[in-house]
Amino acid sequence: MGDLMYKYDQYDQAMVDARVAEFRDQVRRRLDGHLAEEAFRPLRLMNGLYLQLHAYMLRVAIPYGTLSSAQMRMLGHIADKYDRGYGHFTTRQNIQYNWIKLEEAPDILADLASVEMHAIQTSGNCIRNTTSDQYAGAAADELVDPRPYAELIRQWSTFHPEFSYLPRKFKMAVIASDTDRAAMRLHDIGIQIVRNAAGDLGAAFYVGGGMGRTPMIAPCINSFVPLDQFITYAEACLRVYNRHGRRDNKYKARIKILVHELGKDEYTRQVEAEFAHLLSQNIEPPLAELERIKAQFVDPPFETGLSDELDRSDPDFALWVDNNTVAHKAPGYAVAVISLKPVGAIPGDASADQIRVMADLAERYSFDELRVTHAQNIVLPHVRKADLYALWQVLDANGLATANLDQIGDIIACPGLDYCTLANARSIPVAQQISQRMAAKEQEIGELKLKISGCINACGHHHAGHIGILGVDRKGVENYQLLLGGSEGADCSLGQITGPGFDENGIVDAVERVTDRYLGERQPGERFLDTYRRIGMAPFKEAIYG
Amino acid sequence: MKILTGNDLKSGAVTWWTGVEWSLHVEDAVDVGDNADTVLAREQAARRVTGAYAIDAARDEAGIRPAHIKERIRALGPTVRPDLTLKPADPNAGQWVI
Amino acid sequence: MTQVQFRFRSDEPVADPGVTVDSFAGQTNAAAVRLEPGDEARDLLPHLDRLRLVEVNFPVFGDGRGYSSARILREAGYTGELRAVGEVLVDQIAYMRRCGFDAFAPEVPLDPADAEAAFSRYAEVYQPTTDGRAAIWAKRHG
Repeated sequence: MGDLMYKYDQYDQAMVDARVAEFRDQVRRRLDGHLAEEAFRPLRLMNGLYLQLHAYMLRVAIPYGTLSSAQMRMLGHIADKYDRGYGHFTTRQNIQYNWIKLEEAPDILADLASVEMHAIQTSGNCIRNTTSDQYAGAAADELVDPRPYAELIRQWSTFHPEFSYLPRKFKMAVIASDTDRAAMRLHDIGIQIVRNAAGDLGAAFYVGGGMGRTPMIAPCINSFVPLDQFITYAEACLRVYNRHGRRDNKYKARIKILVHELGKDEYTRQVEAEFAHLLSQNIEPPLAELERIKAQFVDPPFETGLSDELDRSDPDFALWVDNNTVAHKAPGYAVAVISLKPVGAIPGDASADQIRVMADLAERYSFDELRVTHAQNIVLPHVRKADLYALWQVLDANGLATANLDQIGDIIACPGLDYCTLANARSIPVAQQISQRMAAKEQEIGELKLKISGCINACGHHHAGHIGILGVDRKGVENYQLLLGGSEGADCSLGQITGPGFDENGIVDAVERVTDRYLGERQPGERFLDTYRRIGMAPFKEAIYG
Repeated sequence: MKILTGNDLKSGAVTWWTGVEWSLHVEDAVDVGDNADTVLAREQAARRVTGAYAIDAARDEAGIRPAHIKERIRALGPTVRPDLTLKPADPNAGQWVI
Repeated sequence: MTQVQFRFRSDEPVADPGVTVDSFAGQTNAAAVRLEPGDEARDLLPHLDRLRLVEVNFPVFGDGRGYSSARILREAGYTGELRAVGEVLVDQIAYMRRCGFDAFAPEVPLDPADAEAAFSRYAEVYQPTTDGRAAIWAKRHG
């Protein structure tokens, strides 16, 4: 694997190899009739295998969104060999394949295991893939690299014997900067690595956030858990949830409902009592284990004395640099974001060829490393500014140089009714229409995060969009509700519904009216979200409904 | 009419009950009347299909049309990837689902 | 009472079926109790010295509260038989074993070969529990 990321030792490798054998056995028992679908379903889900609208779908875990070039190449290989030549990067930093055959799923897991990857716990009522900041280890504003903590959580949560049949799915995120790029407070547990007044590092726990049918922003239940107790604290949070989370109604089974119904204070009291008990059980890995993991997430050998100057004579390149590169902690370097949102394209989809191109570029220009973002884009975290032009030229030649990061065309969209059995309406065609309609005004509008979900489960994060769209089923016809004012960042807020919904063309018109009103109302320096927060919903409602 | 749809256990492909077997094409589907539960139980137990269920549909000049858009998309394929549908040569095939 | 299919103990099994948690508190001679998913395992902690069998019922396999009940009893020092009953499936028994169960009475008997494979599938574990297996991190830093 890459030299700068976590590498499996014999224990980690044996674990994923055993999982391949176990799943091969489970598939055999399903195919020969020893295992009924009802019993097989939770087992395949715990390996990320769904039965979707058109076929089986496999969701592959990309822990904390970090990939080496070799791993990325394997994702392209799987797309070609077992699927239909493409993959879909998701809002949980994973990748999904839409056309998988059950008989071949064990072989795919074996191929993944050969590059230290797996599909473990990418679905099911268990602890899912832990997400993190896509700029970890590169961002100029981070306290420390959050990924070692996420890796510690990955190992603790893998096949956790007590927490594999939770009331509902469980999602965790870890960040280590005040700029929240991972929607941390919209997770079941969000953790921010912080430093206290004494100068020690610790973990702030935010518990009970989430989107879905009942969106909630997680409250902080403990602002500083020492690093040598933080797995124990997570165990206490989970045990209280496993024992007392609701199991009578799946729509009320997430931990956010438990925290809400008990109240933050009572939930916290129960966690602290369980934590006090668990401290006597010696379940915490020693700090030496955290240090062992940290030692693998080292800085690349950055060159020193590099210039920050760029030749901006090509205007298309200059625009891409302005929009799609982010400040890096090392002088002369930049974080480069590859948009998977060309105008009119399917958000998050990449062809096997594009996946391979990105792998090659990472090897050549970014110390062999890539990241997946929750906004369904790809990051090359460590690029010399002097290499940006050459990088951009290759991206441009492969349809990967769209300069729209965090703009209205950079839409998050769930697969929707084109692929998903749970969906009530299609998401992708709406994203395509909006991206085409708004392309000419995109640069003028500036930062505007638009997020579309095809059902109330909110995989497309519509509650957290500056503009959110929720597809619903109204008497068998697709209908789209509009929300304004959400944010997934440190200024986390939930969007409010504007009013009656629209058909597919109507929702595109409504988005355009909202952005036109913003352009008319904005004061210098204001993003869409700032203007909305200043003037409120009323002017936008008037613009939409007249 | 009531028709049955499910997925092939091994390949996952969307299939429709023809009265004797499972077909990839919705136009091969037959009305099962009141026999849905019997056929579903037998066919799933025999592992010829998985995740199967009964839906309402109607017969029109174009063939059999499932009542709900979800099963029309199942019958055709993803509307955003015409190349991957059952009618890749027909650029307007996606209009049928709406 | 369902047959115990797997038992990892050498002492004589308790013949009596477990009583409910409510009646257990009032019956000072009962040595066996049956925990339902919603029962508070910690109510049993004052009585561990007279308990020889705890049956933990899994009415449906997806209800995972019994895993926590088992660990709570073991963490408190309970050394008697901990028996999983109800919808106990072959793909759950390894997790149950790790949480402290040492007897299994599935309502539908398991294929012995599949069960044997399940019990021995994972040579190493990431988490310490009370089952005596050292976590991987302990081996790394042994």
